[in-house]
Amino acid sequence: MAARAIWKGELKLNSTKVPVKLYSAVQDQTVRFHVLEEKSKTRVKQHMVETDSGKEVPAEEIQKGFEVEPGTFVILEEEDLESLEPEASREIEIEQFVPTAQIAPEYYDRPYYLGPDGDQNAYFALAEALSKQEKEGVAHWVMRKQPYVGALRAEDDYLVLVTLRPAAEVLSARDLPRPAGRAPDKKELSMARQLVDLLKGDFEPKDFKDEYRARVMEFIEKKAKGHAPKLHLVKTKRKAASLDKVLTKSIEALKKQKRAA
Amino acid sequence: MPRKKATRKSDSGDGDAQRSARPFWSGTLTFGLVSVPVDLYPGNRTNRTQLRMLGPKGEPLSRRYYSQKTERDLDNDQMVRGYEIDKDKYVIITDEELERLAPEKSRDIDLRSFVELKEIPPLYFDRSYFLAPSEGSEKAYKLLSETMEKEKLAGVATFVMRGKEYLVAIFPENGIMRAETMRFADELRSPKEIGLPEKKKVPAASVKKFENIIARHSDKRLSLSELKDEKAEKLLKLVEKKRKQSKNIVEVEEPEREETKVVDLMEVLKKSLAGKRKAA
Repeated sequence: MAARAIWKGELKLNSTKVPVKLYSAVQDQTVRFHVLEEKSKTRVKQHMVETDSGKEVPAEEIQKGFEVEPGTFVILEEEDLESLEPEASREIEIEQFVPTAQIAPEYYDRPYYLGPDGDQNAYFALAEALSKQEKEGVAHWVMRKQPYVGALRAEDDYLVLVTLRPAAEVLSARDLPRPAGRAPDKKELSMARQLVDLLKGDFEPKDFKDEYRARVMEFIEKKAKGHAPKLHLVKTKRKAASLDKVLTKSIEALKKQKRAA
Repeated sequence: MPRKKATRKSDSGDGDAQRSARPFWSGTLTFGLVSVPVDLYPGNRTNRTQLRMLGPKGEPLSRRYYSQKTERDLDNDQMVRGYEIDKDKYVIITDEELERLAPEKSRDIDLRSFVELKEIPPLYFDRSYFLAPSEGSEKAYKLLSETMEKEKLAGVATFVMRGKEYLVAIFPENGIMRAETMRFADELRSPKEIGLPEKKKVPAASVKKFENIIARHSDKRLSLSELKDEKAEKLLKLVEKKRKQSKNIVEVEEPEREETKVVDLMEVLKKSLAGKRKAA
């Protein structure tokens, strides 16, 4: 079934405009549970209460505040919050391009597919140009009262817009010390290298299944029919052996596997 | 209608991982037969400008669950988790069941395959974590990270954390392993599923025109100053202004909150990487 566009906009590169529709690229498959009252098996509701008395505070009496120091709040009124909203716009402005794989993985947040909104020519030409140049565009736009920075990329023949996290929300490995401990010796490094090389391949995401999700769903179905299987606790063991020995063994085992295949 | 008061629950905090100095998850990184015990810590800070819900006098409020039937507040032990199989019909699933349903090797992050990091399309990346060595695994940890860093490789695996299985890419940076959770293949739509039109041949001149624009506006790297949170910055400015004008300020007696001390995630990580986690 075709998906519905969640937003419409216009990519703006210099004076060139490319009208696009935006679609969520993600379809979350997480098993969703509801919180129920045990006694009545009905869904619970939520409300805000005075912390000490537990007395309910109706929605119209609730204020929003920013805690400037413990116990001191600056109240933000409705009009204050409105003043923070960026000006509405349909433009996705692209003013800069950087090489692909230059933006570190931890900055990428939510991906959206873009589809052509009318002019298919410009849409596919831009995707092709990005892919030929191996570049991605840095995009700024406002969607649903929220300002976004994102990366405009070509994925196969299509345009993708991935939102990027604010730098202040990402911890950088560069600000951390390198882990303590003795450096591995040459022999160990060369064996580890051999081992990793044996396991090297292409990124095949389809080879990885959410096994746990499948198990949970299967169990739910069985339980719904009234025959839930008995579950046992699995204990995980940890084995300790010298790094040297373990590396040698691993390499031998993998080589054998490869020969057999 | 006034609702009966429920027993006090400590829900004034938001259960944020940053409020705890303990690791978010502990397990074992394995490659071949080598196992490396690790602790996992969040790699993101939450937005610092989250607002608190306050009462008419400015007192911080708490969120509570209540029953639709009796309208009384509920304690944790009066609530269960249910999966809706039909309208208003639920199958109850307990914590214990969820725990026991975890695959045998769920505590292991088994690096079955290594790929070039740049081969992974960014669409897959979800959330970021750091892995720190634990239980004296520094040597094996360093061995793995040095080996991978040289070739810019990422190890791909799945593991179960807090009732959910994750696909993850593990890669070192500055000697530290980052674990980037990823979406499973069936959690990403394809252009075909969305219903995007098939690619059509476009005139070479149109492509060239865009290539020229791209070339003219290209830089070597993205400056992090581009990644501002405009809304948060505006909010902080507004708060500062109001504070200077002494407008809309309320001071309340700090109510007793458990674990209100926000732990500096960076400090915890630094200690952990220096092998001094016991102090935390």
